[in-house]
Amino acid sequence: MLDGENPSRVAVECQVNGVARSATVQARLTLADFLREVCGLTGTHLGCEHGACGACSVLLDGDVVRSCLMFAVQANGRRVTTVEGMGGPDGALSPVQEAFRSEHGLQCGFCTPGFVVTVTALLKDNPDPSETDIREALSGNLCRCTGYQGILKAVAVAARAGRGAVE
Amino acid sequence: MSPVQSVDAAARGARYVGQRVARSEDARMVTGHGTYVDDVVVPGVLHAAFVRSGVASGIITNLDVQAALDTPGVVAVLSGADLNKAVVEAWLDYEGPAAAATPRPFRVLAEGDVRFAGEAIALVVADSRYAAEDGAEAVVVDIETRPAVVSIADALEPGSPVVHPERADNIAGRIDPPEDPALDAIFAGAAHVITETFVQHRYACVPMETRGIVAGWDPYRNQLSVHVSTQGPHGVRTQLARIMGLGDHQVRVVMPDVGGGFGQKMFLLPEEIAVPLAARIVGRPVKWIEDRRENLIAGQHAREDTVTVSFAVDADGVILGARADFSENVGSFPAGGSSSIRFSSLVFPGPYRIPRYRATARAVYTNTNGRCSYRGPWMVETVAREQMMDRVAAELGIDALEIRRRNVIRGTDLPYTTAAGLVYDQVTVDATLDQAADIAGYDAFRAIQAARRAEGRLVGIGVSLFTEPSGIAQGTLSTEAATVRIGFNGLVEVVTSSASHGQSLETTIAQVVADELGVDIADISVTQGDTASTPYGPGTGGSRSAVLSSGAAREAARSMREKLVRIAAHRLEAAEEDLEVLDGRVSVAGTPSAGIGFAELARLAYTVPDALPAGEEPGLQTHARYRPSSPFTWSNACHICTCEVDPVTGKVTLDRYVVSEDCGVMINPNVVEGQIAGGVVQGIGGVLYEHMAYDRDGNPLATTFVDYLLPTTTEVPTIEYGHVETPAPTNAGGHKGLGEGGAIGSPPAIINAVNDALSGLGVRITVQPLTPEAVADAIAAATGAGQSQAQQSDEEG
Repeated sequence: MLDGENPSRVAVECQVNGVARSATVQARLTLADFLREVCGLTGTHLGCEHGACGACSVLLDGDVVRSCLMFAVQANGRRVTTVEGMGGPDGALSPVQEAFRSEHGLQCGFCTPGFVVTVTALLKDNPDPSETDIREALSGNLCRCTGYQGILKAVAVAARAGRGAVE
Repeated sequence: MSPVQSVDAAARGARYVGQRVARSEDARMVTGHGTYVDDVVVPGVLHAAFVRSGVASGIITNLDVQAALDTPGVVAVLSGADLNKAVVEAWLDYEGPAAAATPRPFRVLAEGDVRFAGEAIALVVADSRYAAEDGAEAVVVDIETRPAVVSIADALEPGSPVVHPERADNIAGRIDPPEDPALDAIFAGAAHVITETFVQHRYACVPMETRGIVAGWDPYRNQLSVHVSTQGPHGVRTQLARIMGLGDHQVRVVMPDVGGGFGQKMFLLPEEIAVPLAARIVGRPVKWIEDRRENLIAGQHAREDTVTVSFAVDADGVILGARADFSENVGSFPAGGSSSIRFSSLVFPGPYRIPRYRATARAVYTNTNGRCSYRGPWMVETVAREQMMDRVAAELGIDALEIRRRNVIRGTDLPYTTAAGLVYDQVTVDATLDQAADIAGYDAFRAIQAARRAEGRLVGIGVSLFTEPSGIAQGTLSTEAATVRIGFNGLVEVVTSSASHGQSLETTIAQVVADELGVDIADISVTQGDTASTPYGPGTGGSRSAVLSSGAAREAARSMREKLVRIAAHRLEAAEEDLEVLDGRVSVAGTPSAGIGFAELARLAYTVPDALPAGEEPGLQTHARYRPSSPFTWSNACHICTCEVDPVTGKVTLDRYVVSEDCGVMINPNVVEGQIAGGVVQGIGGVLYEHMAYDRDGNPLATTFVDYLLPTTTEVPTIEYGHVETPAPTNAGGHKGLGEGGAIGSPPAIINAVNDALSGLGVRITVQPLTPEAVADAIAAATGAGQSQAQQSDEEG
């Protein structure tokens, strides 16, 4: 993968929201900056750049990762899903996104992409979470506007909607 | 659903005001399509990184930028010598031109010396952020350190070093009114005089989006173009115009989606001034996005205060008089208007009948990050007063709820003028006290508490009560403005002077206008945040939007409604009073078929001026600049929470949290409750987790989110709401602001609950934060340590 002419540059090929992406980037380029600057997907936000706030959360092969703590090259050959890939192709909101809207789960919206990604993964793994499950699963995502009240309601509503859709 | 004692929405004729309308903003924000400042793409942009001081105070003996200039990708390195001289005038609209005579300490970059750890010394501009940081690392700075002034006590110590060498001492402000013999007589004759000192630690706004700016100078248009994460684009424009010696018309400021501010983004800080100056020098646009470490050490702090309160009370616990003495640490370079001593001392009497009162205060400079506004910047008055109420209650053996009932201002007292001279026209502090106690089951809790104590468990309940000076409308904050336009298609556009940094204004302003114009909310768009298209206004802050921004939009919409009716009456040959405006049409009341739609009225207004009544201005555009009838629109609230304290670890767990508030006529209860919850949780974080600590040498100790602990989903209780809805007399909508109240009322409610839990042990904590360590130490000092001291003296004996 190393670029022969410039050893600090590497080739990255991955799928982002179902679209094949390839680029030659600095080896030190973070996955977050790759998504934002190379792919133009600015929904992934950087709130701390040290893995503590969760705003930059994305799915890597279906698992939640902090894109600020990964290099782009580590996503080589893998599937990345960002908040832009959560809804329908026609702009339709996912059940999680819809629940954040209906339950006033956001105010400034900056942390929201990280929450939407984390909640989507939670409900895929655990479609019927208890309140404790929800609180534990979201405890790595910081929000400064909502006091988490609307977010916790949104997760419960999205979980009900998801189960309803399955049942 | 929350209990509401309210004005019936239907009785007001409202269709949207008062409803839980889902937000217009959300479609873009939940899908990752918001546009925050870091998402703005500007062709040819360069990136900036700052070199910062690693020490609190010292002389810069060497600054060598050559290695940085030799770093690949670096375009320029600028120092204080380059940028400070470029500043023409630094005063803010908020301060007024008189401030030029006695300027607040200000410089763009450190020059000659450094005055706090984190102060920016140089700015590296490069073709990527990565290269800019490489360059910043290569800058060599040598600093000969000097002793640092860190605490309030340090600053006041005789012979203390002076933070700003050009000043005689470290005093940034002082309140010292004449002695009051009448108050002295009240104290001399009182049954009880109780005095206590309360210490509030330093914590900070911490918006999830850090600061950021993109600025470019266009030499062909002679225009500076700026995108910035701010609480108001117009203040940025006038500030930058003044700093750079430009006309306002030469500066365009766009405020995109903003990821929170809470006060920190009210005024530009030095870094946000350095970037436009650098852009003009290098001749290309420059972008700077603050990283979290920078935000925590240089994005400004808040809250560090000490208050000594004395109450003179009678035998029944009725307050006869009060004294309060405030000390405030404003750091080295406080943002404009960020000293709160005047406001804190003014608001202190709060929700109680306190017949006579005197305040003294001082603000001091220290070698720490400057103080900025933060959600109720004056709130230490409530933090101290509400702890004092519990202190007095304990001393007299009266319950904490009961002592408040004996002193609270009642509806029958209105209008009430406080001992500080503020007038309450419409507050309901007594009603919110009763409602919150009712929801919390206060009396039942006392029985539960007794049972728990018998089991050796430490549970407590805390109350706080306050009035909130919302809708602040004085000085530069006096007005906001709005323009309403109906386009050729009959759809409505509202253009506002203020802009949301998370307050949901796109939704709430549309709700107000939809009701005034009788249109579907989907047919309204709200434009905000661009100085090129919006009227001047000071922006969000001071819990002003519900009163001032909606007030302006309502007035402009009413003018539009009158204009539509005049045109339709002329066209239909009907009397104006026989017409109604509904569903995007003006029609004869009771005969909907006899009417004209907005699109047809727009066509007439824009293209057939002869069809208009004589003297009617063509087109469909109205404008209002709005000022409420009073400088303050008072809202009020009561917070009650319960907690359990672990006697071994000192960990505090909040169980229930109740807020009863009166914010007047609610525009959108979701937004109201969201504002309350956000503020409450900031208070929870402040009291229990967050601490912007410095060591004795002025080194900041909380520089990451692993050290600066924000509350998460596992720390917050479910918040329960009660609404008492009495219309404000200051504005036509009857709204009162409440954006700051959550963060004002929660700290003392939590502290009081913890102290109530510990009261059986004889422990009273008056110094924040209430970390597990602090609580465990206080318990140990009252119990275990007391025993070990006794044991030690036995051994010595």
